[in-house]
Amino acid sequence: MVSGPQFVQHLRNAGFDFFTGVPCSLVKSIIATLEERGGYIAETREDAAVGLAAGAYLAGKQPVVIMQNSGLGVCLNALSSLSLIYALPCLLLITWRGYQGKDAPEHIIMGDILPELLSTLKIPYRVLEEHTLEDAIVWAASTLKQTSRPTALVLPPGVAA
Amino acid sequence: MNLAQALSVVIPLLQDALVVHANGFISRESFNLEDRLGNFYMIGSMGLASSIALGVALSKPERRVVVFDGDGNVLMNMGSLALIGAQQPRNLVHLVFDNEVYGSTGNQPTISSRVALDEVARASGYVETRRAEDADQLRGAAQDLLVRDGPSFLLIKIEPDRQERHIGRITHEPQHIVRRFMEAIHQDV
Repeated sequence: MVSGPQFVQHLRNAGFDFFTGVPCSLVKSIIATLEERGGYIAETREDAAVGLAAGAYLAGKQPVVIMQNSGLGVCLNALSSLSLIYALPCLLLITWRGYQGKDAPEHIIMGDILPELLSTLKIPYRVLEEHTLEDAIVWAASTLKQTSRPTALVLPPGVAA
Repeated sequence: MNLAQALSVVIPLLQDALVVHANGFISRESFNLEDRLGNFYMIGSMGLASSIALGVALSKPERRVVVFDGDGNVLMNMGSLALIGAQQPRNLVHLVFDNEVYGSTGNQPTISSRVALDEVARASGYVETRRAEDADQLRGAAQDLLVRDGPSFLLIKIEPDRQERHIGRITHEPQHIVRRFMEAIHQDV
């Protein structure tokens, strides 16, 4: 498994320099690392985090928004009527609860439709695996620059410590 | 005082401030009064003006950042008041034009006649919270807050426009609004 400090270092190496979001247990160590280093902004809702990231991008930052996939549901309007139409990119780091149908009941439906939902929104994404994680982060950084769209990295259980 | 009259008091005081506008009549009325390069007009994403402005303010602490918000927008994203209070951006001025209705959808009432939004802001940690009920109070408070350290919050009680008005929509493409606003941000002032 990739440790929190390693994961954050890969993000920083790829140029990401503004971090916000709403936590999930699958990114506990990533958020703990960001909190320790200072500058992580603990948002109150995932759509507000997308708005915050949009403002940071306007001011020259390369933002990351961390959320559980339940939060993607909260973000549909922010993504469709702000980020996508204004071309305000950010990296969406989305945990995959309900992965392979194995989770608490509240995660099953969103877990099932997550890839389809990202495709429907025309948000480019990759599913993270431990051995290709660094490449995927580099891919996301270059894809969001080329497309000016939010780009997602989906984190299933068991990849990040 | 209606929205157009309140905006006409505030706009001449803005100097080089960056102004994030909430969607609906706030964007449209301001755009039609004076289309400034440092104006970011939201056309959708209701509720998020203050979140966007906070992102700008934290990333550009040397620039004055103003939010033109509405009561419906603030009520939709009250967590943003809490985050602004927690983050304490000194350069952020939050102006709320409170007409107690959802103006652009036909004046359906909001609940701001029964909820003191300025008290919510105060409890959230804004350094300055004021209320203005006429043009003179508005001019005095806005002049002061635009040069003071914040975060500050000004609740501007206004009358809704009772008669249907035709206020032109924003004619710029969203991506053009972004280009202009980013140029305005990165200009040395």
